[in-house]
Amino acid sequence: MTAITTGAGAAQYDNRLVFAEQLIELARVDDRIVAVCNDSVGSSNLGAFRQEFPDRLINVGIAEQDMVGVGAGLAASGLVPFVCGAAPFLTGRSLEQVEADVAYSQHPVILCGMSPGFAYGELGPTHHSVEDLSWLRPLPGLDIVVPADRRQTRQAVLSAVAAPRPTYIRVGRTKVPDVTVEGDELVRGRFNVARTGDDVTLIGTGTTVAVCLAAAEHLAATGVSARVLNAAYVAPLDVAAITAAAAQTGAIVTVEEANTAGGLGAAVAGVVVTLPRSSRVPMRLCGLTDFAPTGSADYLMQHFGLTPAAVASAAREALADA
Amino acid sequence: MLASDATAVARWRAQRLETAQADPDRRTELLRQRAQATRRDIVTMIGRAGLGHIGGDLSITDVLTVLYHHVLRIDPEHPDTPDRDRFILSKGHCAAAFYATLASAGYIPHAALATFMEPLSELSGHPNRTKVPGIETNTGPLGHGLPVAVGEAIAARLTGRDTRVFVALGDGEMQEGSNWEALMLAGHRRLANLVVIVDRNRLQQGARTEETNALDPLDDKLAAFGLEVRMVDGNDVAQLLEAFAPSTTGKPVGVIANTVKGKGVSFMEDRVEWHHKVPSPEQITLALEELA
Repeated sequence: MTAITTGAGAAQYDNRLVFAEQLIELARVDDRIVAVCNDSVGSSNLGAFRQEFPDRLINVGIAEQDMVGVGAGLAASGLVPFVCGAAPFLTGRSLEQVEADVAYSQHPVILCGMSPGFAYGELGPTHHSVEDLSWLRPLPGLDIVVPADRRQTRQAVLSAVAAPRPTYIRVGRTKVPDVTVEGDELVRGRFNVARTGDDVTLIGTGTTVAVCLAAAEHLAATGVSARVLNAAYVAPLDVAAITAAAAQTGAIVTVEEANTAGGLGAAVAGVVVTLPRSSRVPMRLCGLTDFAPTGSADYLMQHFGLTPAAVASAAREALADA
Repeated sequence: MLASDATAVARWRAQRLETAQADPDRRTELLRQRAQATRRDIVTMIGRAGLGHIGGDLSITDVLTVLYHHVLRIDPEHPDTPDRDRFILSKGHCAAAFYATLASAGYIPHAALATFMEPLSELSGHPNRTKVPGIETNTGPLGHGLPVAVGEAIAARLTGRDTRVFVALGDGEMQEGSNWEALMLAGHRRLANLVVIVDRNRLQQGARTEETNALDPLDDKLAAFGLEVRMVDGNDVAQLLEAFAPSTTGKPVGVIANTVKGKGVSFMEDRVEWHHKVPSPEQITLALEELA
């Protein structure tokens, strides 16, 4: 495996930019592609799309329930709608539409939750999208994709167009380094192995994959070999990768810029508790369980222990339980 | 997934042709007879299931009959044809009326109606497009059908199809905010291919709409949102035929169908308890006699 540079000094990118670039590139050759937004042309970075395809950008105004319903109607008519809005409003305000009009109706709408997690930092908990994974994960027939970097963001858009199905893509705004290399393809329902290791497994998703990789460096310095898995798909869940991690390493730590109640941590724990006693390893769930205080996105990552040092410490604690 | 019934489709085609070629009085009479047959199916289904929303089923029956037996450009044997007209029943709790109408057009076998709400039946208490051909989108929670219809109307325009999109809502359902979001957009975009039908039976589950959260003046409200409004007797097939004519102003059409909840069964008409009360065997016999 090619070494991945994620340490201090590694270049970092806003994945909304590659999302928009890829969408425009595909829209040039596929006129089924339309974008739907809620007065979020700027925040969803759809300005260039609107300029090139003015008729195919449907701005419904500040009306998220209508936005998702309209997306379902477009999909029902054979188009491939990318429904883009700030993640907290797209998922929270329209949850019943996502359930009934998209998942249950099986209309292939691509829901694009922009600026998830703590991206809106100081604007506070109303603007943080930290419950989206918990809300959407129980919905049958809805894929949840959390691209970790530029390559995976591009591939998420490509996959959505190649085989449209009800999908939620968490499109990060917080700048992150590239964590995948050529050959780390985004495969439906599969985690990517970001680093091999035998003692403990760290599972990150989106922004926290880089945090896990840095935590693995901390652990390596004290002789602990950490496997790092990139949960690019939270649904369908990679049960095989979780089962292997439990069988082959001594503990599992999940790390998410999200609430652990119902999110990635709960999903992984739900698999681990059903395993035979011999491979039912100790776990730690890194994330949040409370509304965030005031602070920047960076500050909040530290506040909730989503830093390399804190994750490494959680891994040592879990190993001590083993 | 249920499959279409070729014999029933052939009968429906013959009936549609007869209706289309009939003079206006005869056309009205034919459609009225078909609506009564659908009402008998509804009463039988709900009596057998011991569940259902009979009042709203009976108020919307004439709208459904006129659409499926005269207005909609559809092919029940090919329910996914891209240039079909669309119909969405946003008041999904009136699934019995929808299923009975779909059976009358051959989308599903008439015999399937006997399974309404039985364990594992395709005919759930609310419509499911993955189980029943001819259903465009799953409804049940109120305030969902109109936004989807707006999306379909926009899609028709984007793809250059002359498809018309019809959506039927309960009047109580107009209390849902999502409908007004969708109406704003429909008016703003002048979606002339959209027809929004409100089943104005003036009763919601618990009481009269005007005592609960008043909707009137509903015509002024729809007009203010940019619709071409037509107020008709929604249990009069002749008036409905006129109401479903294409837009004359380039605006979306809003049809306020003034109906009677429980229409056709004297002891149910305009009575709030028949929102989802289930008739006794004696009441079913009486109802079927009145609907004969």
